[in-house]
This record gives sequence, structure tokens and C-alpha cells, in this order.
Amino acid sequence: MAFESLHEFFAMGGHAPYVWAAWGVTAGLLIAIVLHARAERRLLMRNLQRRVRREERLGTGQGEMAEISHQVGGNHHDS
Amino acid sequence: MPVTDARSPATGRRTPAEEAREPGGGLAVALWATLKRDLVLLMRRRSEVLNPLVFFALVITLFPIGISPDPQLLATIAPGLLWVAALLAALLSLDSLFRGDYDDGSLEQLLLTPQPLPMLALAKVAVHWLLTGLPLSLMAPVLGIMLSLPAGSYVTLAISLALGTASLSLIGAIGAALTVGLSRGGVLLSLLVLPLYIPVLIFGAGAVQAAILGDGAAAHLAILGALLALALMLAPWAMAASLRISING
Amino acid sequence: MWAFINKLRSPKWFYAIGARLQPFFWLAAVVLILVGTVWGLAFAPADYQQGNSFRIIYVHVPAAFLAQSIFVSMAVCGLVFMVWKIKVVDMAAAMMAPLGAAMTFVSLFSGAVWGVPTWGTWWMWDARLTSMLILLFLYLGVIALRGAFSSRDSASRAASVLAMVGVINIPIIKYSVDWWYTLHQPATFTITGRAAMPMEMWAPLLIMVMGFYSFFIAVTLMRTRSEILRRESNKRWVRDLATEER
Repeated sequence: MAFESLHEFFAMGGHAPYVWAAWGVTAGLLIAIVLHARAERRLLMRNLQRRVRREERLGTGQGEMAEISHQVGGNHHDS
Repeated sequence: MPVTDARSPATGRRTPAEEAREPGGGLAVALWATLKRDLVLLMRRRSEVLNPLVFFALVITLFPIGISPDPQLLATIAPGLLWVAALLAALLSLDSLFRGDYDDGSLEQLLLTPQPLPMLALAKVAVHWLLTGLPLSLMAPVLGIMLSLPAGSYVTLAISLALGTASLSLIGAIGAALTVGLSRGGVLLSLLVLPLYIPVLIFGAGAVQAAILGDGAAAHLAILGALLALALMLAPWAMAASLRISING
Repeated sequence: MWAFINKLRSPKWFYAIGARLQPFFWLAAVVLILVGTVWGLAFAPADYQQGNSFRIIYVHVPAAFLAQSIFVSMAVCGLVFMVWKIKVVDMAAAMMAPLGAAMTFVSLFSGAVWGVPTWGTWWMWDARLTSMLILLFLYLGVIALRGAFSSRDSASRAASVLAMVGVINIPIIKYSVDWWYTLHQPATFTITGRAAMPMEMWAPLLIMVMGFYSFFIAVTLMRTRSEILRRESNKRWVRDLATEER
């Protein structure tokens, strides 16, 4: 150990604000990067699932949707 | 003269009608045409040519006002000031390098010609340097007098700026080509291009400072020359690729 | 090698293999950074001249290495994208840029903080910090350029060109700034690069560097996979994936 006690470790021989500021900002950024990456993926997945669910509800995707709207448009025309 | 001349393949002479259908001449003709066209266009817009020079003079005027009129102080910072102001003036004129042609569609035509685009782009940059960089480097010694630039460095100032602004035009043209299709391209252009300018600035200002101290200017100028050679070799290809991206985008 | 490049053309393949590689790199990153941190902060000896502020080297140097390596990786990805038109490498390049900028910032911040007890000032125009500052601007330029185009393909190609132009300039900039600094500050005191660092000092440094690199690969793998989902959201396999993960 380079330090005699925990108190000395935190004091860093008087250089505490510098060492801890540098390490703190670094650690903070690294953690923020990880959290951001994970949140990004979660959000993406959630949006994807929402889209898939919506398309399943309305039929089997784009093709079905076009058919339905065409039918509606056709009825409208006739009347 | 007959419209179709069975005789011309044999004699090799081209009829005027044939000339009109398929212009002759290769790269040299295209280059000369591009040079001439850009020169004429730029000379018609005199104010655009004068703007960088006026900007240069104004910026140099601002510094003594903002810092101090003390000749000794000014003499110490003069090399750097002159170089930075010239660099910014050159940057200012870059945005319009391709924009006029982009707006009226002639840039697309340039891309469609069978001539190699890097060479044509190089011709445009050459005109830009002739009408921006060269005048800046000729005007700088005059402004140097106003900043009490020590004697013995005036020629080095002009030469370093001439060499340096050529590199700056080449490097800047890459940025201009990348941003010509963007609506707010101007500010982005500065952000892209200024970091790449820094080596030229270091050796350009360094040359003038070395000339003041009495020796070593030749080494700096040699490095400026090397940077220019590198830019001449690589920039045309980057320019051409960037122009294609901007047109297609 | 060519088989590998052809496999890369399928984002689906990269997505799957990335999933298998990720845990390994995360584990490596956590372990290496933890070990390096404890060793560097608590066990490595303090520097004779700088005292304990020397320990900042254990974040400053890895961040600086990463900052430069990531830019080179971005440029390589740009080249591969322009030549072989492989979408995945462009996605990776897009995800790398912000991380590289963050590392450059860490390097600048830690360097500046280190300067206070060492030089007595918050900022010093020394060669390393000045080069890092220029590198930060280069990163911001690439990120801004990519965001300025409305067409994704144009954005990718423009960012690739700029990254390649930038990477050629980086050694030139480093050399120029080094030279400029030595000319104006004859009494140089470099923070790092001391001739002989005892093993107790550079071993944790090496471990931290490796930990940071593992972190970079892990994050890039994760974010590239997310980007694949984003760009390929119309494909069947992505939809199937979404339904599975419910």
C-alpha cells in the first residue's frame, strides 16, 4: 500500500481535489456512456415492439393496411 | 462544306459541323476553359474579390485598438496576427468557391464531363488562390508596416503567405465541397477546416518569426512547400469525392 | 479475410456475433479497469516530484490513447465503407465518434486538472493538451457533418471522407504542435514520457489502457447493434426479434 491509512488515501497528500476531480469526472463519464447505451437499446426495443404490435392488430402489416383503406375508399366512391 | 465528310478520317481535319457535334481537345482544353470561366466570373464580381482584402485590413486595424498601440508589443505579435488574419480572410472567401456553380447547376455539369473531376476542381482552386491568396500575401507587407513588423521579414512574410494560402485554398476547398449542398454550410465549414489549417499556421507564422530572429526561415518555408506538395497530391481527389457526395445528396 | 468482409455485409450476422462477443469485452473492461484503479490509486508509489497528483496519469493516458485510436478506427471504417460499401462499418463509425469525443474531453480535463498542482495553472498550451484540443474539434466536425445531411447515405460518405482527411492530418498536426511548443517553451516538462518508469508505475497503466480499450469495444458493439436495429427496422428478422424479446 502506498498509504498508511484510509484517511491518508482520501487526502492524497494534499492533492485530493485534483486526483478525485479527474478520476470522478472520468468514472462519471464512463458510467454515463454505459447507461446511455443501455437506455438507447431499451428505447429502441420498446418502440420496435410497439410497432410490431400495432401492425399485428391492424392485420398482417402494410399489405393488409393498404387493402383495408382501399376497400374503405371504394365504398366511399360508390355512395 | 458537306455535312458528312467521308474524306475527314483520311485527312484528319475536322469540319465545323463535326466540331459542333463533338468538341475536340482533351484535358488541357477543359482545364483552360475552367480557368478562364472562373476568372471571368470572379472578375465580374469585383466586390467578392475585394472583400477578403478589406476584411484582412480591418482585422489588422482592430488589434492595436483592442490591445495596445505600443509598437514594441505589436512587433512581437505581428507575425502571428498577420497570419491569423490572412487565414481568416481566406476562410471567408471559401464558401463561395463552389456555391455559385452549385446553385445554377453548372457544378452538376462539371461532374458529368468526361474530364477527370480532380483536375477541374484543382483549376477552380487555382483561380481562387490567384484572386484571394495571392493578393492577401502581396498586401500583407503593407499591413506589416502598420504593426511595426521588424525589418528583414517582409519578403518572408509575403512568400510564406503565398505558399501557405495555396495550401489553405486546397484544404479549404475540401471543406467547401463537403458543405456546398448544406443550408447552413458556412459555419460548419469553419469548424471542419480550421483544425486542418493549424500546421500551415504554425510553420507560416514560424517562418516570419524565424526571419525576425535572423535564421531558420528557409527550413520553415521548405516545410510549407512540403505541405503544399502533399495538399496538391491529395486534396484534388478528396475534393472530387466530396463534390460527388454533395451533388448526389 | 474476404469471407469475413462478405459476412460483414449482413447486419444480421454482425448482430448475432456481437451478442456473443459483448459479454467477454464487458467482463474484461470491468475487471481490468477495477484492478487498474485499485492498483494505481492505492498501491502504486507516488511520484518523487509530483506526489500523488501523478495518479491522474492512470486516467489521462488511457483516455488520450483511446481518443487517438478511435479516430483512426473511424477513418479505417470510413475507408472500408467507401471501398466495399459495408453498412455495418459505417454504423460502427457513427457510434464511435461521440465516444472518441468523450475520451478526448476526459484527456483534456484530466490534463488540465493535473496542471494545477504541477504548473500552477488550469490551462497550459503544451504540445499534448493543444493537440488534444485540436483533436476534439476534429471529432466535433465529423459529428456535426454527419448530422447536417438529410440523406443518410450522403451523411455516411461525407463523414467517411472527413474522417480520412482528418486522420492524415493528425500526425501532421502532432508534429507541428510538438515542434511549435519546443520552439516557444525551451524548458519543457512533459507530464508523461519520462525515460524510465518503474514497473510498479507502468503496470497498472498498461492494465488501465487495456481496460479502456475493452470498454471501447464493448460499448461500440452494443451501440452498433442498436444502430442495426434502428436502420434495419423494416426487415423481417428484426421484427421477429422484437416479438421474441417480449
